[in-house]
Amino acid sequence: MLNNSITRRNVLFGASALTFVSALPAVALTEAGATKLINSVIGQINSVIASGQSEAAMIKQFENIFVRYSDVPTIARYTLGVAARSASASQLRSFTDAFTGYISRKYGKRFREFMGGRLEVQQTKAVKSFYEVKTLAYLPGSAPFDVTFLVSDKSGKDLFFNMFIEGVNLLLTEREEIGAMLDRRGGSIDSLIADLQRAG
Amino acid sequence: MFAVCALGLLTACASPEPQELVADPYEPLNRKVHGLSKGLDTSLIRPAAVTYGTVVPNPVRMGISNVADNLTLPSEALNGLLQGDGELALNSSFRFVINSTFGLAGLLDPASKMGLSNMDTDFGETLHVWGFKEGAYLEVPLMGPSTERDLTGKAIDAVINPVTLVAPLTFTAARRSLNVADRLDTRYRYDETISSTLYESADSYAQAKLLYIQNRRFELGQGAEGADESEIYFDPYEDPYAE
Repeated sequence: MLNNSITRRNVLFGASALTFVSALPAVALTEAGATKLINSVIGQINSVIASGQSEAAMIKQFENIFVRYSDVPTIARYTLGVAARSASASQLRSFTDAFTGYISRKYGKRFREFMGGRLEVQQTKAVKSFYEVKTLAYLPGSAPFDVTFLVSDKSGKDLFFNMFIEGVNLLLTEREEIGAMLDRRGGSIDSLIADLQRAG
Repeated sequence: MFAVCALGLLTACASPEPQELVADPYEPLNRKVHGLSKGLDTSLIRPAAVTYGTVVPNPVRMGISNVADNLTLPSEALNGLLQGDGELALNSSFRFVINSTFGLAGLLDPASKMGLSNMDTDFGETLHVWGFKEGAYLEVPLMGPSTERDLTGKAIDAVINPVTLVAPLTFTAARRSLNVADRLDTRYRYDETISSTLYESADSYAQAKLLYIQNRRFELGQGAEGADESEIYFDPYEDPYAE
């Protein structure tokens, strides 16, 4: 009897939890939402490319786009790999800050190569728990190439967490590089953070 | 030693360890070659590319590269046939005919404007289509990143290239110069990407390997070797500390 009622309570709890979960998709990530996010990202990127500003200004703009539209803490922690497990909360915070600056300088610098070009969303599809948004980059004098964004709402907001340029995966490539920087410093996260503040 | 591997034992050769993107049993030798190539780039190739890029105007360089590309089309058409890919074979054939005539011996690329864009293929891709595995990662002197399958492909492409077979030797020498010019143009055009990878990475060998393998697999329309989409499209939210 007792068992039965507990079971029933569990079932009821489970059912209400389900109701709660099924109520979520109203605010959860949709195909349209993912497309909208990437359209905003590329809209901003296109205007930076078109602005023809100085390198320093472009890097700053790129940092703003990166921080606003991507899940920087998740990206940073992923690139730190296993070392993230032993890092303290404050080390993780400093690493994330240093990583943000590093990525912005490293990729923001490259915006000059994209001058006169633009990105266009091609299609969005659901993959696992996230969305894949395929875009094409058109550059003067070269064939269009593929730039794909992965968008998730697991952080609580619709943000992109990975990017592929002609198949080259940002997360994987940066984890290898951060890993090499960490190895060079004998695994010291604090030295890595200091290096990152200058790198890129 | 890897030449033996490359020439026929492809399937028996190394496959990547779990956690590893590509098998790299020759890493110590590869790293030596990488170091030498980097030295050569610093002392010779990059300066030559910068000179070529600054002295020769862009339209001329593009024309020269177009001629070089046009001469690879018969070989691409052949590879299209070998892959049983009719679209690829026809696309390359039509491109060759159109660009060789209306495109003034390939100087211009009217075929692209007619909707026949370059599809690009090689015998390495043919081997992939035939089911040969990628094999180990290789850094080849003067060629850069490759794999056992891609190096084998290059060697076979050089032998079966229809242009080489029908044209006299002097023509082949001229074609080599065009290819050198085309490569200098590429080195100049992508200088920021190439130089930052080579000279600003903490481990330029690891970065070059990663970039090459990922991009090559993407070109071949293939995920990680023998794996499905889920391995490339890993979810960092599932396990943020994933190794």
